Amino acid sequence: MTTVDSPGRHDTANRPNPARWLVVAIPYVWLFLLFLIPFLIVLKISFSLTAIAQPPYTPVLDLGGGISGVIEAFKEFTVENYLWLTEDALYAKAYLSSIEIAVVSTALVLLVGYPIAYGMARAPKAIQPMLLMLIILPFWTSFLIRVYSWIGILKKEGLLNQFLLWLGVISKPLTILNTDTAVYIGIVYSYLPFMILPLYAALERLDPTLLEAAADLGCRPSRAFWRVTFPLSLPGVIAGCFLVFIPVTGEFVIPDLLGGSNTLMIGRTLWNEFFSNRDWPLASAVAVVLLLILVVPIVIFQNRAERGEGAINKVPM
Amino acid sequence: MAAKAIGPVRRTFAPWDDPAAPPFIEFRNVTKRFGDFVAVDNLSLTIYEREFFALLGPSGCGKTTLMRMVAGFEEPTEGEVLLDGQDLAGVPPYRRPTNMMFQSYALFPHMTIEANIAFGLKQDRMPKAEINARVEEMLTLVKLTPFAKRKPHQLSGGQKQRVALARSLARKPKVLLLDEPLGALDKKLREETQFELVDLQQELGLTFLIVTHDQEEAMTVADRVAIMDHGRIMQVATPAEVYEQPNSRYVADFIGDINLIEGRIVDRAGGRVWLDCGEAGGMIEVEQAMEAATGDDAWFAIRPEKISLSLEAPAAPSVNCITGEVWDIGYLGDVSIYHVRLPDGTTMKSTVTNRTRLVERQITWDDRVWLTWPRDAGVVLTR
Amino acid sequence: MNRRASWFNVTSIAFGLAFLYLPILLLIIYSFNESRLVTVWAGFSTKWYVSLFSNQGLLDAAWVTLRVALLSATAATILGTLAAIALVRFGRFYGRTLFSGMIYAPLVMPDVIIGLSLLLLFVAVDFGRGFWTIVLAHITFSLCFVAIVVQSRLSTFDRSLEEAALDLGCPPVRTFFQITLPLIAPAVIAGWMLAFTLSLDDLVIASFTTGPGATTLPMKIYSQVRLGVTPEINAVSTILIGIVSIGVIAASLVTKRREVARIRAERQAAAGIRNGI
Repeated sequence: MTTVDSPGRHDTANRPNPARWLVVAIPYVWLFLLFLIPFLIVLKISFSLTAIAQPPYTPVLDLGGGISGVIEAFKEFTVENYLWLTEDALYAKAYLSSIEIAVVSTALVLLVGYPIAYGMARAPKAIQPMLLMLIILPFWTSFLIRVYSWIGILKKEGLLNQFLLWLGVISKPLTILNTDTAVYIGIVYSYLPFMILPLYAALERLDPTLLEAAADLGCRPSRAFWRVTFPLSLPGVIAGCFLVFIPVTGEFVIPDLLGGSNTLMIGRTLWNEFFSNRDWPLASAVAVVLLLILVVPIVIFQNRAERGEGAINKVPM
Repeated sequence: MAAKAIGPVRRTFAPWDDPAAPPFIEFRNVTKRFGDFVAVDNLSLTIYEREFFALLGPSGCGKTTLMRMVAGFEEPTEGEVLLDGQDLAGVPPYRRPTNMMFQSYALFPHMTIEANIAFGLKQDRMPKAEINARVEEMLTLVKLTPFAKRKPHQLSGGQKQRVALARSLARKPKVLLLDEPLGALDKKLREETQFELVDLQQELGLTFLIVTHDQEEAMTVADRVAIMDHGRIMQVATPAEVYEQPNSRYVADFIGDINLIEGRIVDRAGGRVWLDCGEAGGMIEVEQAMEAATGDDAWFAIRPEKISLSLEAPAAPSVNCITGEVWDIGYLGDVSIYHVRLPDGTTMKSTVTNRTRLVERQITWDDRVWLTWPRDAGVVLTR
Repeated sequence: MNRRASWFNVTSIAFGLAFLYLPILLLIIYSFNESRLVTVWAGFSTKWYVSLFSNQGLLDAAWVTLRVALLSATAATILGTLAAIALVRFGRFYGRTLFSGMIYAPLVMPDVIIGLSLLLLFVAVDFGRGFWTIVLAHITFSLCFVAIVVQSRLSTFDRSLEEAALDLGCPPVRTFFQITLPLIAPAVIAGWMLAFTLSLDDLVIASFTTGPGATTLPMKIYSQVRLGVTPEINAVSTILIGIVSIGVIAASLVTKRREVARIRAERQAAAGIRNGI
């Protein structure tokens, strides 16, 4: 009944109505002014010249000058910042190493998260809500604090080294803090819930009779996992990977607190360019290039999310 | 079609036969499109005051859309819908004198039963004392007074259904719309409730419009039934007429069980039609006044229970007698259905009432049987 | 499921939970350490908590953070709920693709980009930076999270409840407040809590958009953490973790109790049918 007749469900809502109009207009205008316009400004400033005075860039968006003013501003556009990005190998290295760290850590998070999500989905129904709660709880507590908690563990005289020395596994303390290893540990730790939740949502929906059918048809459990369970959990895998990969690429806090001076990540480079060197146009150019790298995954993510695929919508709760 | 008196003869309520009766709900050339999909296709229909009218059809035939146009949840793409002479175009649902009982009941889960029933009355800014009295009255009507303070999730399916009914009746609507009202109930409860609905409608003297895909439900409750398909009305008639005199193969097939034999009209005289059905049925004689011309293709339609089955050829030469072999027997308890294979390979169904407890039937598999029926048992259909 | 698989499942969950909770647990334990050296246990003490309350800078930052979080979460909840309604209910409207893009993109957008772009906006329009710019920035990104939470509730909302209200004579706006809002309230509250904690947590965006005089707690913590691990930071962290955990657990217990009551009532009703009530 509802399948064919449902297109009409939106019918009454389509009448013009001022209240209706406001419902879209208020958040729309807000996001337009505070999300979209700022990007355009970033784009514009990335083409500006560095100036030492405040604000530290030359062509200010001055619409008071009319058309000629805008043209005048365009004349002052420069690609110098972008040239600089290509000339200095540091930036290319930072982008590449960001992507590398993001790819490797996404794979690690998946590797660690999948068995946990699988175990949760196979746990007795009665305790599943509690397990879910336990996975979500760290997500609610401060990101910064969770990253910070690893410093005390990983540092040279930290708890991990104390423990390993006590066990006798090692004879002198390992250097973990301020290395890429520490960054990977921090990322896996911080982003684990983002991976587990969509995976769990996909695995939990899986009809257990499918596995029984596979077994009935002569498929061994390990084969059934790769032939049935894993393919059906793919939407969750993809959603989780997007949720980890995209933000990790631009991550700042983890490489800054756990990484070493030679841990290059673009989020950190941007931060330093902005706060230490106070070169706003260059920072903007760094941001624009980062955005260009991420625009394809973001668009794919958004399309999937809007279609409600892979339980992306279930993530925060 | 001949206005022959069939069905309950003592019927006195039949405004549709009275040309002077004023229409109450009127669809005039209504079309509703959702994008490319035509839900309702240039449909006209008149429903009269105090009528219990059923819209019957398969999923997606447009019956729900038609009802939602009366409620105001859809506007017709073309044509108009009138209620009591007033054009409903542009009148929002909350200003229409209609109330609807939803398929899912749509009881507000955060309100008590009492508050649910009072909800519509509060919108009218009725004085509190009056609201309380009316709620009390409705609770008594549906026999739920002890449950007034409960929340919907504390009720059984049947009780929820009654709350939904009470809520939609509280505002004394001119028309009560019922969207598959009994679909969620189990069979026994559904059958009981059908009769309760009829009694209620007669007691209150309201116009009821029901949408259902359950033909038994439509036949039980309604004064008239409209059978719909692909946004069109195939036939509007009383349940008895729809069953006994379907106007098309679609209607005949949709309502109940039927045997259809294809043939050609060979003669027509004195209110009788002769149909040549070839190998399947031979020459079939039907008492029916109709306008079709000789030589036209036609179908003979007959209900299984109108066919007699016997192991011997009829003694006296009889009209409408064909022979075949018993192919299958379906035992349903009260009746058994015999599938008889005819010489041309088609099968005809005949139902036989099981009057004794004998499990061993006289007629069994592979028996040669004779099927006979009188002239007025079936109908000839031309579409 | 055979026994070996379930042994595997128990191990992986145990390992996962240990991994998630051990660092937090250690952090809490060492906040009660007597010694300033956070990694050497020297006996139980609450002196770091006591010293917190005499640290005026920290208290000021906490007060700023709390106000920012309360204001931005409330505004983001209103805006995000509106956005969710637009997404779920309005079908195809002009500019919908852009709109949904602006809702979904901030969920994964790196903080540095959001922070930088908002700062440049505030500079371009010459908006005095400080408390209010942080609030505006936090509203912007957390409204998207609220929108997603509310949207997932709305998309499973039984529309016939609203139609029933309209049918019973209740105009659309009143229907929203009397029927829709009470029923999606749990999601709206969850959205508010999420927005609140996101604001409480945020370091990067606040650092970009702040001005002189407005330092939030994460900024304060960050600047001290860069200098090394101190038991005071452990103590602040413990308090923050405690507040958030209590809030989240309490909220989930309330919803769970309601759920249990509902299920029990449904069982009673089912029993009622059997007894012929």
